[in-house]
Order: sequence, then structure tokens, then C-alpha cells
Amino acid sequence: MKAWIAFWSILAKDFRAYYLKPPNISWGIIFPLAWTGMFFIRSGAGLDSVPALLPGVIAVSILFGTTSLLSVTVTFEKKGRSFERLLLAPIPLEVLMLAKTAGAILFGVANAFVPVAMAAFLMDFSGVNWAALIPAIVLIAVSSTFLGLFIAISVSEVFEAQTFSNFFRFPMLFLCGLFFPIAQLPAWLRPLSYVLPLTYGADVLHGAILRPPHLPLVLDFGLLAAFCAALFALSLRNIRRKWIT
Amino acid sequence: MSVDGKTAIEVRGLAKRFGDVEAVAGIDFEVGEGELFGFLGPNGAGKSTTINILIGLARSNAGTIRIGGIDCSANPKAAQHLMGVVPDESNLYPELTGFENLCFCGALYGMAKGNRTARARELLDRFGLAEAGGRKFGGYSKGMKRKLTIAAGIIHSPPILFMDEPTTGIDVASARQIRQLIAELNRGGTTIFLTTHYIEEAERLCQRIAFIVKGRIVRTDTVQDLMRRTDGRHAVLFAVNKGAARLCESIAAQFPGLQCHAVADAAVRIESREPIRIGPLVRSMEDSGAEVTEARKLQPSLEDVFVEITGIEAGVMKQEREKARMGGGA
Repeated sequence: MKAWIAFWSILAKDFRAYYLKPPNISWGIIFPLAWTGMFFIRSGAGLDSVPALLPGVIAVSILFGTTSLLSVTVTFEKKGRSFERLLLAPIPLEVLMLAKTAGAILFGVANAFVPVAMAAFLMDFSGVNWAALIPAIVLIAVSSTFLGLFIAISVSEVFEAQTFSNFFRFPMLFLCGLFFPIAQLPAWLRPLSYVLPLTYGADVLHGAILRPPHLPLVLDFGLLAAFCAALFALSLRNIRRKWIT
Repeated sequence: MSVDGKTAIEVRGLAKRFGDVEAVAGIDFEVGEGELFGFLGPNGAGKSTTINILIGLARSNAGTIRIGGIDCSANPKAAQHLMGVVPDESNLYPELTGFENLCFCGALYGMAKGNRTARARELLDRFGLAEAGGRKFGGYSKGMKRKLTIAAGIIHSPPILFMDEPTTGIDVASARQIRQLIAELNRGGTTIFLTTHYIEEAERLCQRIAFIVKGRIVRTDTVQDLMRRTDGRHAVLFAVNKGAARLCESIAAQFPGLQCHAVADAAVRIESREPIRIGPLVRSMEDSGAEVTEARKLQPSLEDVFVEITGIEAGVMKQEREKARMGGGA
């Protein structure tokens, strides 16, 4: 019970201090809007291309929204030493870090629905498999947030967090099958695609909006969940090793 | 040692290495319940490492710690519930108001909403911050930030409070207020573990003090017993009109049992293990052409004890501290 009081307070504080700040709200809307516009214009295929573009734009919005904000807020608090206050709280580290990441996960989920809301005016959603789409959005947000956490623990400066994030984000975007089918990638790059969590998220997004997924949904969700657990466990281990020395 | 004989903090064989550097070299000490215990030493002595291990922000390589009877290695989170921490930097959230910061810190310790808001208001009143409570912490003065940081450390009414350099870098009036608050907290029964560079602050506030140098505790005692150590020494300060250095040479030649130090050009400090007879010294100085305007017996201070025990001038500690702050260090 007491741990949950701390959990909700950390989440509420982060929302007030970071996620609901006007620059972040506007960024959360403008960024997916810009990606949607860019891909739409670039494809040149008119409104027919919207369903094909939507999974990619959803994934990009989540990935950039979560990793950017989480890695920056954690690095910022660590540098200003306010993170020490959280480490001194008598709550398990697991609860503390779930509270710290919950805001970014919700922010990522909200970001995902910006392109969905825009696409609602341009395409027919009657064939969309919502039962697969919504859990996929949540799991992509969780895995991206934990990736942001892993990055934040590995760096000490805010600018390093952004640079290091790009080191993961851009290869992931181009190798996960969102914009280029994995089958069309050079053979030596394909194994790399299958060690990226977004590959499985992208497969479910495609499956829910466009065409049947390449892999069984259970496998996609299972592997996404496994990536989430592994990234979280690795992040906790690094916190214990690097921040409680 | 303790007010009622119980131990609040017990440290045995605590050791910490950073590579080849032995930061803390197997130290032992106890702090009694209700005691205000000072932990003094120069930069790099191992103070911050020790306090970080005690509060759970660092791990030791060896030794045991019990906080309020709880083994910190076995159950660190239970021990953290008993302690409040005032770090050496005011590390609250700049974008939250003073009131919000206190409520947030209360929530971290599981306080229910009604309790934490009432306690936050009480502390803002007590620390003279009631009017500033609605303003963002980022806009506070240094003194106000320190006071709110102390309030955040005691929001959950911990029985044990760790304070790391609570008055460093703030103005004289705020430092004085904070010292009064520390004394009040201790009178109210809170056990306080205080690290400071200001020896006079420790002398004024603490009941017992440990001196740590190069990772080792070189002495732990009550302030009275530490001062008694210097009782065997006598010191007299003579104010003269000129030539203190030359007078020292002359006195050293005439009175071999005395130690003479020129303090600037117009004061001479004489020290001895035996009581000092002032008359012959004044006559000697006047015979040497100096005019003696004042002779004053010096009382021993904790600073003298510190210098004697550690071999480090107290002024050096203050300078180190200020240098570290200017460089952004802790």
C-alpha cells in the first residue's frame, strides 16, 4: 500500500513536471503529424497509401516519444541529484523504476493515437483488428521506454542520452520491417532484424491494420514481452551496479 | 554516549575501496539514540563515502551497519524508513513549489495525503517558509533552499537524521537559523549524524565527535573530553606595536621552554606545557623595544584539538570546501 502511494506520487509528479508541459504536448502532436505528412507526400500514392504508412508512423511516434523523454528526464534528475531522493525512498527499486517509466509509457501510448486519430479521417478502420493493435501499441511503448531507461543509465549528460538514443533508434526503424520488408534486406542484415523488439511490434501493427502478420501473434507478443522484461531487468542491474556503487 | 543507553547507529569494520584507493579503512563507531554526533574531516577523508554507505547510496566492501537495530545489508529498505537525509546539495525539484516538494517527499515514505499535507504546512510554518510555500523551489534563495531541504528530510518524522554539510555555502543569518533548527530537532529526540567542515559548528552543536582522516577514525570523544585534551597546554596572545617575528627570535633565545609564533607583524602567540608567567615576557619584549598593548590568555578550542589530532589546519578545510563548491564538486 505504502509503495503504491509513492508509485502514484512519482507518476503524478513526472506528468506535472515533464509530460504535461506545453513543449512536450506540442512535440507529442507535431512530431507524429510531421512524420505522417512526410511519408504521405513521399509515397505519392494518394489516400490508398495511408493504411500502409500508419503502422510505421505509429511505431516512430512511440519510439521517439518514449526514448527521448525518458532518457532526458532520468539523466536530468540524475545530474541534478534529485534522483537520489527516489533511491533513498523505502520502496523496492522495481516499484520505483516502474513508477519512473510509467509516465513515458503513457506518453508513448498517447503519441501513438495521434496518427491513428488523423488517419481516422483518411481511411476505413472497419477492418482494423483493435484487439491486436492496442496491446501492440502498449507493448511497443513499454519496450521503447525500457530501452530509453537502459540508455539513460548508460550516460551522464542529457546530450549524450539523445546521441546514444539515435544509435539505437535509426537502425531499429530501418531494420524492423516497417518501411522495408525484412525479406528485401540483404541476407547478412536479416538476423539483426530479429534481435530488435520493434520487429515484432511492427509485425503485429501490420497484421492489425494491413495484412496478416508474418509470425503468429502469440509469438510476436511473447517476444515483445520478453524484450520488455529483459530490458527492465538489465536496467535495474545497471542501476544497482552504476548508481549504488 | 546515548541519552538512554540505546544505539541508533552501529558501524563495525566498515571498509570501502575505489580501485587502489582505500576510501574507508575499517572504521567502527556507534551513535546513541537522541545523540547529535559530528563526523569531521578534510576533503577526501571518507566522510561522504561513509554517509553514502550508511544511507544506502553506496555499498561497502566489508563491515556491518545497523540502523535502529536493523541490519542494513539484509534489509536496507526497512532501515531507510527510519532515516531522513539532508544531502550536501539542495536537491529538491525546481519546478515544484515548496509545498509540493514536501508533499512529494512525504509520499515517497508512504504518508497518506491528509497526513503529508498537514505535516508540510506545519514544517513550512516552523521553518519560516509559510509565505514561500506556494512559490517554485527553483526561485528560492540558497538559505531558503537549505531550510526546505532539511524540512524534506524530516517530513516523515524520522528518528534518525543524516545531515551532510547543512550550512555550507549559505549566508550567516540562514546558517544561524539552521543551527538553531538542528539543535531543536535534537532536543526533540531526533538522533542526528552531522558531517561538517565548520569545526566551530560541530563544537557548538555536537555532543560527540569523530575525526576521520584518510579513511580512518583517528579519535572519537565527547566535545568536553576532546577539549580536556588541550587543558595541559597554555597559550597567551600578546598584541605588540611592531616586529613580532624579531620578538619571537629573542623570546626563543631567552625562554627555551616556550614556543613562540608571530601572528602577522603585530601579535605574538606563546605556548607552553607549563603555566606562562606574563611579567618576564612583557619586560623582555619592552627591553627589545616593543610596546605591549595587550596580553590575553587563549582558551583551547575544538579547532586546536582538530589541528593537534589531524595535523591539518582548520582553515585549510574551509578553503577546500569552498574550492570544491566553486568547482561544482560536493
